[in-house]
Amino acid sequence: MIIKQLSVFLENKTGRLTELTGILADNDINISAFSIADTADYGILRMIVGRPELAAQVLKEKGFTVKVTDVVGMIIPNRPGGLHKALQIISDNNVAIEYMYAFASGECKATVVIRAESLQKIIDVLQEHKMELLKEGDVIQV
Amino acid sequence: MEREELLKLQGKQVKEMVKRVYDTVPFYRNKLKEAGIEPGDIKGIEELKKLPFTTKQDLRDNYPFGLFAVPQPDIVRFHASSGTTGKPTVVGYTHNDIQMWSEVVARSLTMAGVTKADIIQVAYGYGLFTGGLGLHYGAEKVGASVVPISGGNTKKQLQLIEDFGSTVLACTPSYAAFIGESLVEEKIDPRKIKLKAGVFGAEPWTQEMRAQIEQVLGIKAFDIYGLTEIIGPGVSMECQFQRGMHIFEDHFIPEIINPDTGEVLPYGELGELVFTPATKEAMPLIRYRTRDLTRLHADKCECGRTLVRMEKCVGRTDDMLIIRGVNVFPSQVESVLLEMSETKPHYLIVVDRENNLDTMEIQVEIEEEFFSDEVKELEGLRHRIKANISSTLGISASIRLVEPGTIERSMGKAKRVIDKRNLQ
Repeated sequence: MIIKQLSVFLENKTGRLTELTGILADNDINISAFSIADTADYGILRMIVGRPELAAQVLKEKGFTVKVTDVVGMIIPNRPGGLHKALQIISDNNVAIEYMYAFASGECKATVVIRAESLQKIIDVLQEHKMELLKEGDVIQV
Repeated sequence: MEREELLKLQGKQVKEMVKRVYDTVPFYRNKLKEAGIEPGDIKGIEELKKLPFTTKQDLRDNYPFGLFAVPQPDIVRFHASSGTTGKPTVVGYTHNDIQMWSEVVARSLTMAGVTKADIIQVAYGYGLFTGGLGLHYGAEKVGASVVPISGGNTKKQLQLIEDFGSTVLACTPSYAAFIGESLVEEKIDPRKIKLKAGVFGAEPWTQEMRAQIEQVLGIKAFDIYGLTEIIGPGVSMECQFQRGMHIFEDHFIPEIINPDTGEVLPYGELGELVFTPATKEAMPLIRYRTRDLTRLHADKCECGRTLVRMEKCVGRTDDMLIIRGVNVFPSQVESVLLEMSETKPHYLIVVDRENNLDTMEIQVEIEEEFFSDEVKELEGLRHRIKANISSTLGISASIRLVEPGTIERSMGKAKRVIDKRNLQ
């Protein structure tokens, strides 16, 4: 149930992100989802890609600071209240979320990528409540 | 005092000092013995050049009190400046040393036209830094009314300048410029303030900056020079003619040397400034190498003083930076980063001057293995570096985390500093 996410440290410099997407494109690596946490001087790019280990390797070779992070992908209905219901379950069970980002997959569903203090706990809680979770094999398709 | 008479006095002082340190400071006894010099060999000022030098490293090696020539109960005060490794350079003063220091600062203030009728606002930092208390005691000696406000709190500075009618401002030149700008910003009518003179030092500044400060504050700005190891501010000072700073040679004997060979250079030649503060009781130093590069001039000044004049320092023989009046060595930054396991000592110091205040940014490469994808972790790291830098250097710096490998590596001496201030 754990998904591999790539995290990359990026200085706020024009063209730095383009360099990165170029490398992934050249290596035929698809980006399914991404988000950037930005500060004044740098950003942290987080993305879900097909073949994360290969992506990490090629980016490191090109001098990027990369880390493979474990996250959980939660699939929720793409309609009002869908996210709220899921978050209610998480907060009711006192699981702290470090960060999250989401993307809609088609008209019916959305995927929320979550990094939590305890991933196992969040997986247990969500499965207990019959929430659908993203499996590693699903990534290329989303 | 005629120069001949002065040289005779200096000779007597050196002779007496060498005997004194030989008897009381083991470091100097060994150093003199190594050089094959017995106190009796020193007969006059001509022999000064035979004596060994003292360096900042010697002060470091003898931290904290190893170079004191009097027992601790005779010390009435300590001051300190930042050293190269996080350990400060410590100096001690006896009661007589404080008197002598007050005397040279009083002379300096008198040269700037300060009298007992003046109100002097001392906006140098008070504390281990010599600026605040040095000016304070000198101003009291003159009999002026002292406002010991210390540095910072610019709003209050302006308020007291206005309400007390301060006539003299003493601080670092960059702070003077900042006070000037704040005055304009606060729309204070310059005709309502009574400032007439400024005594500025502890950091390098340019003629352009002088003109700017004089114009904004409506004052005449004077340059005062000094360093903690010798006494603090008041080693030399500009007179009304501002043709260099007159060195108070009856206490601090100056020489200019070739920094590579140690050979004494004639007046007018550029070299490293060396001082022998021969009358100091607590910590007399033999031929202390300041690392400041300048020239000395001995021709008679229009003011009538026969004391030699030193030009503004044109640079240093080491990599020390003076930022907001504080001595900063790149190696201090390095030692902070080395002590932290999360960083490697790949860094770049960028010094600039914004609105006449020095800024320091330290770029630090993040370590791949410590890269966290959580902002709070990286910001936590940044704040830890900032806090450690600030406690070691005594001034704050902004920290910028950069990608590994982006700071230029060089084969020889790494380029650690970019100074954009353009102070020459």
